[in-house]
Amino acid sequence: MNAWIQAIINVFINPIFYKSTLNQSTPLIFAALGGVYSETTGVVNIALEGIMLIGAFGGVVGSYFTGNPWYGLAVALLLGVSMAALHAWASIRYSGDQIISGAAIILLAQGITGFSLVELFGKPGSTDLVRSIPLVNLGSFEKTPFFGKIFGSLSPLVYIAFASVIFSWYLIYKTKLGLRMRSVGNNPEAADTLGINVYNIRYFGVLMSGILAACGGAFLSIGELGQFTENMSNGRGFIALAAMIIGNWSPTGAMWAAILFGAASAFNDQLQSQGILHLATNTQYLFGMIPYIITLIVVGGLVGKSRAPSADGIPYIKD
Amino acid sequence: MVGEIFPYLFVFERMVFVEKGKKDYSDYAVVMEQIVKKFPGVLANDHVDLFVKRGEIHALVGENGAGKTTLMSQLYGLINPNSGKIYINGVETKIKNPNDAITAKIGMVHQHFMLVDRLSVVENVVLGMEPSRGPFFAIDKARDQIKKLSKRFGLYVEPNAIIEDLPVGSQQRVEIIKVLYRGAEILVLDEPTAVLTPQETEELFKILRTLKSQGKTIIFITHKLHEIMAVTDSVTVMRLGKVTGIVKTSETNSRELARMMVGRDVLLRVEKDKAKVGTEIFKVEDLHVKENRGIEAVKGVNLSVRRGEIVGVAGVAGNGQTELVEAITGLRKVEEGHVIFKKTNITNISPKRRREMGMGHIPEDRLKHGLVTSFPLYYNFILGRHDSPQFCDGSFLKMPEIKRSSEELVKRFDVRPPSIDILGANLSGGNQQKVIIAREFSFNPDFMAVAQPTRGLDIGAIEFIHKTIISMRDKGVGILLVSMELEEIFSLSDRILVMYEGQIMGEVTPDATSTEEIGLMMAGHRLEDLRAQEA
Repeated sequence: MNAWIQAIINVFINPIFYKSTLNQSTPLIFAALGGVYSETTGVVNIALEGIMLIGAFGGVVGSYFTGNPWYGLAVALLLGVSMAALHAWASIRYSGDQIISGAAIILLAQGITGFSLVELFGKPGSTDLVRSIPLVNLGSFEKTPFFGKIFGSLSPLVYIAFASVIFSWYLIYKTKLGLRMRSVGNNPEAADTLGINVYNIRYFGVLMSGILAACGGAFLSIGELGQFTENMSNGRGFIALAAMIIGNWSPTGAMWAAILFGAASAFNDQLQSQGILHLATNTQYLFGMIPYIITLIVVGGLVGKSRAPSADGIPYIKD
Repeated sequence: MVGEIFPYLFVFERMVFVEKGKKDYSDYAVVMEQIVKKFPGVLANDHVDLFVKRGEIHALVGENGAGKTTLMSQLYGLINPNSGKIYINGVETKIKNPNDAITAKIGMVHQHFMLVDRLSVVENVVLGMEPSRGPFFAIDKARDQIKKLSKRFGLYVEPNAIIEDLPVGSQQRVEIIKVLYRGAEILVLDEPTAVLTPQETEELFKILRTLKSQGKTIIFITHKLHEIMAVTDSVTVMRLGKVTGIVKTSETNSRELARMMVGRDVLLRVEKDKAKVGTEIFKVEDLHVKENRGIEAVKGVNLSVRRGEIVGVAGVAGNGQTELVEAITGLRKVEEGHVIFKKTNITNISPKRRREMGMGHIPEDRLKHGLVTSFPLYYNFILGRHDSPQFCDGSFLKMPEIKRSSEELVKRFDVRPPSIDILGANLSGGNQQKVIIAREFSFNPDFMAVAQPTRGLDIGAIEFIHKTIISMRDKGVGILLVSMELEEIFSLSDRILVMYEGQIMGEVTPDATSTEEIGLMMAGHRLEDLRAQEA
């Protein structure tokens, strides 16, 4: 028992845990923010998972063919927005069922990435290593005890993720566009009678979710390592949706929830690497469940406290 | 102008204008000329003319489905006419969408409020025309403008309140402010009183008069005759998509308006014989019931109903009537006291058992508790009896029998359109209510709890429903009628109980009381005190 307590303390006093939390949270923050944009305007977007995946793949492809990881990010965004546009087109223009459309996009993304992986890189499983987005080095700050190890060298995407949260909060709660987004997500008919173009606002929300989720995906592939592996998003899109719900559809709430999930998964990684626990390989799978168990507990505890926009998931049909 | 009295004179008048080569509509805020609107299978507006003078309150009346809302939706640009012209302040104006209407200074308050529940009053009012400061929405500027408007027109609302926390009366004021904020000079109100209590209605009328005194023009859609008489200057009556009358309010009366609406004379008081009262079939003793928040809503009510009589429960909405009916029908737990039906104590038995014993229920909220709106009529007709041997052989529904009996009910209760395949949601309110009444009466109950049977219905439907209720009484059914409409209570009941804050203030018979006396009891005076004062 003492070994366990010691191991947990070891995790928490190690700056690597905090750095890992930031890195694990970043893709979730991006995707959860994407969900906030889409659902604030009233379109449920479970396609996040697929958009992240295609974003991750696009990042590697762009970086591989141009040698510049920033072009990789551009390709990721382009592919992400295209996938989101497909979802928007089906669910806004044709009032399709948003869950079905979203599920279709996840499958489509898996198909495209799996197929192209073999076609472009000649082997299944994973791509070659490509150049990743250079980390931001804070120079001498890196030598500061503890904090230097956390913030010394992080991907610029980590900073962009947090900046996006602030930007989105202002956009959604303090601008005209944000007010219109919220009105369209709650009562599109009322917005329509006031001359607001419900469809355009919803397109905006869904396309923004494409950009953000693709950013999250690109972080997975070219944020640090510079490689794409098959099914790389690995459920993060769904965790991001959970973060959005726990965060009550607000950018800051979603961010805190994403950090919670990031921390859970960092905790799991760090705990497993503690030699003093003498863990067998198969128990590691049990540890892998920690983030999901936390999801269940937190979601269970929040039932009734978190409320989706009233018109979330309901297509708007003008008669 | 003579044209205001007879529609055909208008036609004549217009022809004169055409001959002179100019139409002088400059005295009119709104002129809609020969409007035609077709929907698949229906001619909703058949060459409709509407003339509204500047600065007047103009009533647009007619039964449900007469085409009033359709006409106003065209004025507001929500739908576009197939043909016809619209003149605003004498100038021909094309109104293709709500934005055009807003530009023409027309504002509409919809029957179902167009408010975003989660947003604040301020946000709702300015939505779509937000004042801004740089890239940001300037909520403080918006708040100031709203306060100014509230003050000018006597429309009090708290700018920071969230819509879903406000009572309907306040929500309606928000809708009116919203329209005024957009600079509307012409206000269209679609059945604004349908959701209001009598007090809120009075308040609304006061607001309408203020608006009028400040030069606004108001078009008021309604089908309540006494409201027309109370607040309007002139009236356009529609029936089946056509205009059937244009009159000045001061030169008409309720009876004439009713005839124009329905196309025949209407009995404003239901004709009925004296009740042939039988034995006591239902009673409650010292009933106590709590409402949703756990506060006691019914505080020791005693009442009894005999076969062949209608016992009316009058009162202002929210004085425990809803909870009383729910407790009687088994939808709400009884805290204390007894419910006795056919000499059996049924206080806490299930609604299903009560129905089997012969208790019927016409709930006050027909969409929530009366129908499954996504079901076709034939399923709605058997709700609650789907497992009776008539409709079910134990495992499977007997579809041919279900459809046959449904066809019969549709005919007998004059449900329109006469199709058993139509979905509950696609019927008008009056026909939905007919379906519920048909279902409840079709299994020959001995006792019936009837709550708000005609709320929001038009005169034709009200008349039909009243007659049905009377005919059931004459067949020996005991009926408990709860209604907020005093007129309904008076014309149907054999005995009247008045409820106030969960208690019965007194029992009277309609011929031995006055509206005034009932009104005082509704405000909390006990009958014995009133009678003592008189003596």
